[in-house]
Amino acid sequence: MRVAEAWRVAIDALRANRLRSILTMLGVVIGVGAVVALVAIGTGTKRQIEQQVEGLGSNLLIVVPGRLDPGAAPTASTLTMDDVDAVIRVVGDRSRVAVTISSGETVRAGSREAYASMQGVLETTPDVFVRRLDRGSYLTRTDVTTGRRVAVLGAGTAKALFGDRDPIGRQITIGGVRFRVIGTFEELGQSLGVDRDSEVHVPVTAAQRLLGTQRIDGLAIRAPDRDRIDALGSAVVAALVKRHPDTDFSAVTQEQILGVLGDILGVLTGVLAAIAGISLLVGGVGVSNIMLVSVRERTKEIGLRKAVGARPRDIGVQFLLEAVLLTTIGGVLGMALGISAALLVDRLTPVPAAVTWWSLALAFGVSAAVGIIFGVIPAQRAGRLDPVVALRTE
Amino acid sequence: MTEPAIVAVDVTRTYDLDGVFVSALRGVSLTVSATDYVAIVGTSGSGKSTLMHLLGALDRPSSGTLRIGGRDVATLGPAEMALLRNETIGFVFQSFHLLARTTARDNVALPLVYRGVGRRERRARAAEMLERVGLGHRLDHRPNQMSGGEQQRVAIARALVTGPSVLLADEPTGNLDSTTGEQVLGLLETLNADGVAVVLVTHDREVAGRAHRQIVMRDGLIVS
Repeated sequence: MRVAEAWRVAIDALRANRLRSILTMLGVVIGVGAVVALVAIGTGTKRQIEQQVEGLGSNLLIVVPGRLDPGAAPTASTLTMDDVDAVIRVVGDRSRVAVTISSGETVRAGSREAYASMQGVLETTPDVFVRRLDRGSYLTRTDVTTGRRVAVLGAGTAKALFGDRDPIGRQITIGGVRFRVIGTFEELGQSLGVDRDSEVHVPVTAAQRLLGTQRIDGLAIRAPDRDRIDALGSAVVAALVKRHPDTDFSAVTQEQILGVLGDILGVLTGVLAAIAGISLLVGGVGVSNIMLVSVRERTKEIGLRKAVGARPRDIGVQFLLEAVLLTTIGGVLGMALGISAALLVDRLTPVPAAVTWWSLALAFGVSAAVGIIFGVIPAQRAGRLDPVVALRTE
Repeated sequence: MTEPAIVAVDVTRTYDLDGVFVSALRGVSLTVSATDYVAIVGTSGSGKSTLMHLLGALDRPSSGTLRIGGRDVATLGPAEMALLRNETIGFVFQSFHLLARTTARDNVALPLVYRGVGRRERRARAAEMLERVGLGHRLDHRPNQMSGGEQQRVAIARALVTGPSVLLADEPTGNLDSTTGEQVLGLLETLNADGVAVVLVTHDREVAGRAHRQIVMRDGLIVS
């Protein structure tokens, strides 16, 4: 039998049982759709995080107390501004060092209030990280040394507190203490569903006084060039360990952070794809089941075909093609479903999604393979039917 | 004279039904020549259906020799048996066995599918054959749009389309009223006159009486 003929017969058979074919396909459609959509979400999330880490600026070193091992308990920071001065001496350039002490605070302006992350920082923050101002100006070195109560608002916080009014020069209170707004940041958007625009930058000294502490949470250094990152990191860690013999410090680069995040998100994407793959497998079992029913139902037809000269192989190929057709059509529909779902998620929720070609190719390949694997048993059964027995069936 | 279409020598067929051996044929010898018109008669259980399956290369004997179209079926695998059926035998069944959702023309063309004949030629030959059985006006009708007699004539056209040497008809008039049954028999006889051997399986004495010779079966043996 010619292949084109076999396709025609398979298509006819699927058409004859339209509802059943569609329901059988549905399992594959959902499975493939789930694989494509979940891989898209995993990939989108990974890309977004990578962009954000890269968007912080280049050649960054993040210095934190404790070891940066997955699973290690976070270490309480013992760093103070004296340590920061020591680090600045090691680095040799104050504009390359940023610090932070952060705390979630309720910020008020008149009758309005907003919850924001208060960041105690040096005036160097915009030099070290990439942060652009929308209005006004950033903190000055004098603001930091004198602990002046001035604040730069994230776009979200500015909007929440002042709406469309210009916040520059206006008063806000943080934890009951008055600050004057001197600038606002450009909007950053959301990341992993977290609003990154709800923040308030104030001089680190003012933040420490407000929180009643001498500590800072961590610091970041921008190396002059890529080659000097590691040496600089070691020198800074050495200087800090010398001042705090009991504490470990870690200096990590963006690449390392990206590497760790990439590994975690890669595993996450893999797990999501595997779970979705299980549903594809279930869809395949459904196909197998229906094909077996179909073989039984069409026993008489098989007998007749054999009587007029169909070889076992002809019958087997016919049923195998039917199964493959079911799963590949299901696969294509599933890809459409997965892509639509990913686009909807990307557009309507904060979760990013990026459809990748490899996931489409994989999903299609797997669905075709599912058709072959789960079609073989029913096809063999059909091919081996004894024509005498098959013809006798009513 | 050329070799007979079918030669069976001391053929038996035993079925293994879950460990119980049932002998359906117990040594049957039979020759069907190229121009034969044979009726096989017998009560149900006499072994006539089993013999019919063997003569049609749908089954192989448990012992004895069976040659169809000059080939010993014992030496053939399932695929070769299929080819043998396709080339040598035309089947007509009591219940027609037409594909329900398929037009008369495509039903008739079906055996040619397995011979690798192209679609256009298949359809042309099927139309020709339907014309020959008097159904040239029914090409695109489906079985459920036709009478029983018409369906059986479609089935005969299907049996003939490959140009077989033997037409095996299993109770071809069993599901038809006497008038249409008469027409179908007339058609078979015309075909036989044109040079196709016809083997008729029936329990209807009147139908059997029209054949050139009768083979009566009882308990797995030919009794006359």
